[in-house]
Amino acid sequence: MSNGVIEDSQVIPAAEVEEVELYHAKSFITKWVFCQDAKVIAIQYSVTAIAIGLVGLVLSWLMRLQLGFPDVFSFIDAESYYQYVTMHGMIMVVYLLTALFLGGFGNYLIPLMVGARDMVFPYMNMLSYWIYLLATLILAASFFVPGGPTGAGWTLYPPQSISEGTPGINGGIILMLVSLAFFIIGFTMGGLNYVVTVLQARTRGMTLMRMPLTVWGIFVATILALLAFPALFVAAIMTLFDKLLGTSFFMPEMLVQGELGPHENGSPLLFQHLFWFFGHPEVYIVALPAFGVVSDIISTHARKNIFGYRMMVWAIVAIGGLSFIVWAHHMYVSGMNPYFGFFFATTTLIIAVPTALKLYNWVLTLYKGNIHLTIPMLFCVAFILTFLNGGITGLFLGNVIVDIPLSDTMFVVAHFHMVMGIAPVLVIFAAIYHWFPKMSGRMLHEGWGQFHFWVTFLGSYLIYFPMHYLGFVGVPRRYFEIGETSFVPESAVALNEFITIMVLIVGFAQVVFIINIIWSVFKGKPSGDNPWNSTTLEWQTATTPPGHGNFGKELPICYRWAYEYSLPGVKADFIPQNLAPDKIK
Amino acid sequence: MAPQDTSTAVAQPGDLKPGLTGLAEDWSSDQRTFKNVPWGKAMMWIFLLSDTFIFSCFLISYMTVRMSTAVAWPPVSEVFSLSFGGEPIPLILIAIMTFILITSSGTMVLAVNYGYRKDRKKTALLLIITALFGASFVGMQAFEWTKLIVEEGVRPWENPMGASQFGSAFFMITGFHGFHVSVGVLFLVLIARKVWRGDYDIEKKGFFTSRKGNYEIVETMGLYWHFVDLVWVFIFAFFYLW
Repeated sequence: MSNGVIEDSQVIPAAEVEEVELYHAKSFITKWVFCQDAKVIAIQYSVTAIAIGLVGLVLSWLMRLQLGFPDVFSFIDAESYYQYVTMHGMIMVVYLLTALFLGGFGNYLIPLMVGARDMVFPYMNMLSYWIYLLATLILAASFFVPGGPTGAGWTLYPPQSISEGTPGINGGIILMLVSLAFFIIGFTMGGLNYVVTVLQARTRGMTLMRMPLTVWGIFVATILALLAFPALFVAAIMTLFDKLLGTSFFMPEMLVQGELGPHENGSPLLFQHLFWFFGHPEVYIVALPAFGVVSDIISTHARKNIFGYRMMVWAIVAIGGLSFIVWAHHMYVSGMNPYFGFFFATTTLIIAVPTALKLYNWVLTLYKGNIHLTIPMLFCVAFILTFLNGGITGLFLGNVIVDIPLSDTMFVVAHFHMVMGIAPVLVIFAAIYHWFPKMSGRMLHEGWGQFHFWVTFLGSYLIYFPMHYLGFVGVPRRYFEIGETSFVPESAVALNEFITIMVLIVGFAQVVFIINIIWSVFKGKPSGDNPWNSTTLEWQTATTPPGHGNFGKELPICYRWAYEYSLPGVKADFIPQNLAPDKIK
Repeated sequence: MAPQDTSTAVAQPGDLKPGLTGLAEDWSSDQRTFKNVPWGKAMMWIFLLSDTFIFSCFLISYMTVRMSTAVAWPPVSEVFSLSFGGEPIPLILIAIMTFILITSSGTMVLAVNYGYRKDRKKTALLLIITALFGASFVGMQAFEWTKLIVEEGVRPWENPMGASQFGSAFFMITGFHGFHVSVGVLFLVLIARKVWRGDYDIEKKGFFTSRKGNYEIVETMGLYWHFVDLVWVFIFAFFYLW
């Protein structure tokens, strides 16, 4: 070997920790229901998240039906429209994306990729899922209480969220806040596990700088979540107190129906600061795992090492750090001190630097690679484009002077759906197509996958590109109906109809995807252990799907980084991380 | 691959290098980043970091509403005073509570020390003493709450002395801290029981977790307890002294 592989793999350190005995399930219930195996917990998390995500999807159809065809559907009134908007937003951001990336992929991939038997504390990991399920059920219950779910908008700003006139102020908002508190408690239990597993339970030879970028992304995102969710937790508790006990943390003095309300002197701005101190890192809690997954999938399917691995790691860490000092760019129109705008605009533009760096590196990884246009690869390329589009409109909105006229228009909706709606969801699809063979031992159907990809990718552009235009001409977001407004041209109405039709078509494609998954679990083509010829440890397990304890009798030893593809002088075009140097042909 | 990891020298337990070199070696090594740190202890540290953010958010929110309210803040040193034979002494109860909680940190340290010496009885005794200090702290807090609610008429939504946010922030923050102390007392008693029975000497498995128990758990418990004390110092400084 001429290029350092051997030197690289010479030192095999001794095991530092003796192996911990795993919990062995004895009955069906402890094996499949109250299960402590991270892989089963991952699947439980994923199924729950996708189920509640489908509710969010249906809500978006209802919302779009109203916007595209106002006055046609008599069952949608202004109140229920606001409830759709609110629940759609919260479900998608927190209960689908966060739970699926961290609870789902985190649980499945971290122990396998770092070469651990399981998470460090499997029992707590199990509790994490059950509390998440409880939170989801509480949230879903709010559809069935009198008054329905809250209609305060997903940001839940007081005074609106708990004042007379907003839908769901007697039941919905309380259930929403309680559900969020439970979600955070449950997440913390899981999150601590993910972080400690990465830090303290790697296999022999697995240094931090040999970890696949997927693990890096999930690891840093989990740290962000552990530090950002506290702000939401505190905000939720204080809003609950304002609502239930009549305190005045956030509530100012207000006239309610001609009479002075019970509150005085609270600070509504405080809620916004707390909410966005959580809310902005939340964007990266969703984006960083996506970044990691994309890096690994692109490298595997282009048969080429990731370009600038170390740069990619440090970009993830830098983005994570910076994401804590940009939150007030969501609040330019809130009435905070204008000097804040200057500071937060600057940090916002700085965060674009490591992000752009990652984009360049992905493109450079593809450059002259042996690209296989598999379904995961298609989704990843689509992600790069979509993230670029969404990111660039983010630069617009990060500037105070551009943001103020565009604030609260459809432009903002288009921006954040591109950058943290469509982009991460494309990665989720890529990841499911990529890792489904490991989870089930069967491939997903290729033809249906192609259909799913093209409809989803092109369809989402047909939805969101026109929406940017709507924003530019001044169509406001969150309005139940625009009616006849002098500054909104006729064409906006036609565009809204077009967008709604596209939403229904793209939604239908997701149903096809779900059917594909269910069909493939039983009837899919058997995949073998390593269908993509990938280097990382999860593909080197003895059985597929991996059994309890992941790796059979012996834990793998890691000899090299995760990106040894198309090496000159080697017969196979990949070298698994755990292949001993003397066995390389 | 670039030959960047060639000089991997692995630190064996016992020959960790001090200073920046050691730090860099630990972070670039395999298996464990924090050498010789058990999983539970690492997890407790990270949890406490997360909990720090919760308490920080509470305290910063309290300061914000204290600044945003247009009504005068109640005179704290008068509100929190107790009269012994006529003369009101400001903050006397809080001073005693603080003293007790800090003392309990001392007994906790001793418990950890005796735990590592595997002195079963002394460890259990010290844990129980720590728990009793904690329980008396919570008891005095209950007394303080009762006095404020019954005698002074303070409610979360209003009080006769000034800004309503005083009561809101007080009950919320001391309540959340008191909850932490109570949970701590509960676990101190549970761990004391396990120590007393000798569970950690025979490395008995946990009921749910099937993980072996050992005296490192006493130290992990100690981390939590010291954290709760430290948070109290900040609450004391920002709420009672300001």
